[in-house]
Amino acid sequence: MTAAVATPAHTRSPQDARAVARAEGWRRRAPLLPALIFTIVVTQVPFLVTIWYSLRSRNLLRPESDLFVGFDNYVRIAQDATFRQAAANSVVITLGCVLVAMLLGILLALLLDRPFAGRGLARTLLITPFLLMPVASSVLWSVAMLNPTYGLLNWTLSLVGIPSVDWTSTYPVVSILMALVWQWTPFMMLLVLAGLQAQPRDVLEAAAMDGAGWWRTFVSITLPQLRRYIELGVLLGIIYVVNTFDQIYIMTAGGPGTESANLPFYIYQRAFLGFDIGQAAAMGVVVVIATIIVATLALRLIFRSFDVRE
Amino acid sequence: MSAQTYTGPRRRGVGVALTTVTWLLALAFFFPVLWLAMTAFKQENQASSSPPTWVFTPTLDQFRAVIEGGSAVYVGNSAIATGVSTLLVLLLGIPASYALSIRPVKRVSDVLFFFISTKMLPVVAVIVPIYVIAGQLRVLDNIWTLVVLYTAMNLPIAVWMMRSFFQEIPVEVLEAASMDGAGLMRTLRSVLLPMVAPGIAATALICVIFAWNEFFFALNLTASRAATVPLFITSTMTSEGLFLARLSAAAILASLPVILAGWIAQKQLVRGLSMGAIK
Repeated sequence: MTAAVATPAHTRSPQDARAVARAEGWRRRAPLLPALIFTIVVTQVPFLVTIWYSLRSRNLLRPESDLFVGFDNYVRIAQDATFRQAAANSVVITLGCVLVAMLLGILLALLLDRPFAGRGLARTLLITPFLLMPVASSVLWSVAMLNPTYGLLNWTLSLVGIPSVDWTSTYPVVSILMALVWQWTPFMMLLVLAGLQAQPRDVLEAAAMDGAGWWRTFVSITLPQLRRYIELGVLLGIIYVVNTFDQIYIMTAGGPGTESANLPFYIYQRAFLGFDIGQAAAMGVVVVIATIIVATLALRLIFRSFDVRE
Repeated sequence: MSAQTYTGPRRRGVGVALTTVTWLLALAFFFPVLWLAMTAFKQENQASSSPPTWVFTPTLDQFRAVIEGGSAVYVGNSAIATGVSTLLVLLLGIPASYALSIRPVKRVSDVLFFFISTKMLPVVAVIVPIYVIAGQLRVLDNIWTLVVLYTAMNLPIAVWMMRSFFQEIPVEVLEAASMDGAGLMRTLRSVLLPMVAPGIAATALICVIFAWNEFFFALNLTASRAATVPLFITSTMTSEGLFLARLSAAAILASLPVILAGWIAQKQLVRGLSMGAIK
């Protein structure tokens, strides 16, 4: 490329200049293309197929049933009370987990942002729930913690006289939230802690010199500084938690009945236990449309957080 | 909130109280993991006793049962799916993030938008056709199917992360390299890669964590031959009734690689989890 640029401009015809510019454009694009094409093929093509399936009545158990049915699958979704319940559960589980985990994460990050004996060890212990394999942590919660007979939570509650509760069948959504909040709090804590540690020390010292108390400093200096980090944590949390599957599959299997199914789990049930490909595909499309609406709003935030420059 | 703030006896009292609260919370959060580990060292009757057994003679029986109980196939599959997909992510992602930062293509933010939007696409929306297509191509229960999917799953995160590392390279370094007439591959190999090596390590760590822990694709697309470690845990859970101590040993062993890597690389973890947004 250096040779082409070094050629004095007045010796080239406009066509040459355009050809050079085009060649330079492709030279810049070449390293990007393998990743871009791979991602398009693996993520977008299946989605187009999903749209196609959603217009057909395909059922893997009845091969002869594969007919074009137009929007029938979508009409059935609109009438499907279980789908609405799963959608509501998705919202409750995602927002509940992200908000509670963020509040706890802020609290823990504030506590960790001061020097004390063994701070590194305390931080290491605190991030461990996030590092545990989600399937392992689901097993841990569904059996070791919440089992009605020998689970640790009921034993702890029995010490203060509260009778035994069958957590995963009586309060399935709450049980799932416990496991999820436990897993995601460290994630939020790490992000907020990074924000706290990026605070300009001189500003904090100046505030202390001016006699600003802890609360005053927190509200007028720390919180505005943290805002970007909190937004980022909430956004990434939503992206990950909305796809929650492991905890539900292992802890409640969506039950009792379909009481604790979220959309990923319900679609999984329709596709892999009911073999109803058309219906499951249509639900997938609806979820994507909803996601696009939420994401368009969210992406504005993310681009501000990441400071994307051209 | 610096150390100087806590002077005088009253301040020191507050400090001690805060430290105590912090430690109590840290121990409370860690306790379930500790309990899981303790259970793995128990005999089955101690593991599911009511009231819980606190004092016991540790045994390695459960770990032995897990290791000898056919877990090798699962570990091998997970190692292939994790290792190869992470390598592929780096192979595709490093040039791509170069083209989005150092010598940028046009419309960088559109491309970045596209990559991040694929992370927002719920996996359930594509699982049905992937299952049907994989069935037609006869690659169900094939570990290479998971390799391809895990590569696609992690590539967007990796592109975002590595772009943020590339952007930290001073312009002067690049100008010097191009003055010396170094081509793309030369510049990448001998100038850029050494500078972003820590960033690449952080990216690889995140890809390894997500691929090692992945359950949804593995559950739906594999059966016996290509099943990965998370499926070993669920199979321990369902096929043999409830052997809590053995289940705990399996859970601890399965989580150990990621826990150790995360403990060691805490700083890189933060940057990776924020996809490079937090330095």
